[in-house]
Amino acid sequence: MSAQPERTSSQASLSSAERDARLIARILAGDRELFHELVRPYETAVYTAAYAILQNEHDAEDAAQEAMLKALKSLPNFRAEAKFSTWLISIVINEARGRLRHARVLKIESLDAAAVDEEGAPVPAVISDWREVPSQALERKELRELLRSAIAGLPEIYRETILLRDVQEFSIAEAAAALGVGEGVVKTRLLRARLMLQKILAPQLRSKRSGLFGLFRSKAGGSWF
Amino acid sequence: MVLDCRHVWDQISNYIDGTVPQEFRDAVEEHLAHCRHCAAVLDSTRNILVLIADERTFEIPVGYSDRLHARLQEAIAAGD
Repeated sequence: MSAQPERTSSQASLSSAERDARLIARILAGDRELFHELVRPYETAVYTAAYAILQNEHDAEDAAQEAMLKALKSLPNFRAEAKFSTWLISIVINEARGRLRHARVLKIESLDAAAVDEEGAPVPAVISDWREVPSQALERKELRELLRSAIAGLPEIYRETILLRDVQEFSIAEAAAALGVGEGVVKTRLLRARLMLQKILAPQLRSKRSGLFGLFRSKAGGSWF
Repeated sequence: MVLDCRHVWDQISNYIDGTVPQEFRDAVEEHLAHCRHCAAVLDSTRNILVLIADERTFEIPVGYSDRLHARLQEAIAAGD
């Protein structure tokens, strides 16, 4: 993702917050065109958050647009104790969840998943060794589809948590604020989501080594398995 | 502190995020040095997280940004 809310550098965080605060003040003073500039660093994150929930490109883009319009309209209500990016993402999450409910396709998984949150972590795929899959292997469409399919198969609460934390690189606190849950809940869901992905993907990636992906050769000429 | 595999799995996410206490971290590393299965679970999980974080994994639709800002401009111009 090219546009990611900052997560680790306090200096970067401060300057980003200051930038946003200054832009918001000018927008509220009447320079509304600056809204473009305000949201541009976060537009990829907004789309990805919507996609994490809706799992459909068209619906995700529609929800992202609607959330941005709502943010424009609601900007006078923004309170500076929250980060603007977190506030914006929480709007798109609510928008996307609302669309799911409206379409009556919301799976009865939230309560079930919340209940199992209190239980132990799932058991990972126990393997005896691991040879790294380099990022350059993502040039292969098959690998990208394998990864997307595995994430799509996660229950919604795990999907949105791992997308915010591991794809958008939100901090635990930011993800918790955007999702409207506590940090402990985020950590629990993250553990389950990560181990679920490992359980699904690790055996598949290993088995591909002499098959589909085995055809891939790095620029250096070697197989990535 | 001696850990079994289940303890390591239960904390593997926090371990990756660096949010476990140092004493526990040391115990995990001691376990990993002798347990090839847990080492492989950790390595594969980390590897998968790197892959899903890559911008190529989740592609943004072509023209998304242009369409978004055109829609925003309409609202701004209309005073919405």
